[in-house]
Amino acid sequence: MWKVEVNEKLCKRCGICSTFCPVKVFTCEIDGLPVHTYQEKCTGCNLCVLRCPDIALTLTGGKEQ
Amino acid sequence: MKAQEFLVKEKFPLFWCAGCGNGSVMHAIVRCFEKLNYTRENTVVVTGIGCWGKGDDYINTNTFHGTHGRALAFGTGIKLANPELNVVVLMGDGDGATIGGNHLIHAARRNVDVTSIVVNNLNYGMTGGQYSGTTPCNKTTSTSRYGHIEHGFDLSGLVAAAGAPYVARGSVYGIVQLEKFILEALKKKGFSFVEAISQCPTHFGRLNGMKEPAGMLNWIKENSVSVSSANQLSDSERENKFILGKFADKEKEDYSTKYLRVIREAKKIKEGGK
Ligand code: SF4
Ligand code: SF4
Ligand code: SF4
Repeated sequence: MWKVEVNEKLCKRCGICSTFCPVKVFTCEIDGLPVHTYQEKCTGCNLCVLRCPDIALTLTGGKEQ
Repeated sequence: MKAQEFLVKEKFPLFWCAGCGNGSVMHAIVRCFEKLNYTRENTVVVTGIGCWGKGDDYINTNTFHGTHGRALAFGTGIKLANPELNVVVLMGDGDGATIGGNHLIHAARRNVDVTSIVVNNLNYGMTGGQYSGTTPCNKTTSTSRYGHIEHGFDLSGLVAAAGAPYVARGSVYGIVQLEKFILEALKKKGFSFVEAISQCPTHFGRLNGMKEPAGMLNWIKENSVSVSSANQLSDSERENKFILGKFADKEKEDYSTKYLRVIREAKKIKEGGK
């Protein structure tokens, strides 16, 4: 399974990752911190990592065999 | 070197506002540095003034932070002094296209082998959201409260008309395409230009009803069309669109190559005359 990790210290809670994720994997905490909640839906497209303006995201894991 | 190794992580978090597109473009640039096996030593990142002008603070290649609007003039000098270097010039629309617009067209005309990456967020961000040379007509900025009465430059069109062999416009929303354009631009021998349509949520976004950081990026997404679909549109329909794609991609002998030939010729004459 894919996993997107959020670096809480770098993230500015802008909501770009969660707004534009094609399959709406993220939910947000009250302060706006994104959480990779519906992990099983994540396709590993990496778009959130590439678009994040604060270079706060890392994609790990992979497709299930 | 890995992309992440080109970043000065000690200075993070980035200085830019939440949701500002600058960080996304910077990340794409260092990924291209990795793909092209650039090194710290053979690369110089040149910046001017403005929010995007802070980019050099976070990149650990050789860097040069110049004066407002003059990044390309410094970049030209660096390239001529040492044509072996990869010179990458970062400018905003205020810095590179408004204050420094003349440098931009003349560097393109001369075909100096540098890569220019203009982050176009349609206003002067750092100084408080004043209109720039690319602010679209009717949009609100801190100096056009009743709607901007001028029309913005079609920057990519301008640079292509000035003779640059590589010109492309992408957006932060279309980050994969943008990265591809940056990669192609870096590879191109001669003046290459990438315009990245980007968001300034703090000023342009807020003053135009897009207060949320993702709002302006969504507006960019909604109003972007490809070069081929833009050809089907009328002039007035095109007016409010961001036309994304390539505007020039050709081979053209660059300034340094021609200049070296002049040096060789001059030496021959001198030696012959002895
Ligand atoms: S895009 Fe980046 S900075 Fe913005 S909320 Fe997501 S992780 Fe945080
Ligand atoms: S990798 Fe793609 S699918 Fe997975 S969270 Fe990021 S944007 Fe969504
Ligand atoms: S003022 Fe605008 S351009 Fe400057 S950092 Fe903030 S959002 Fe980015």
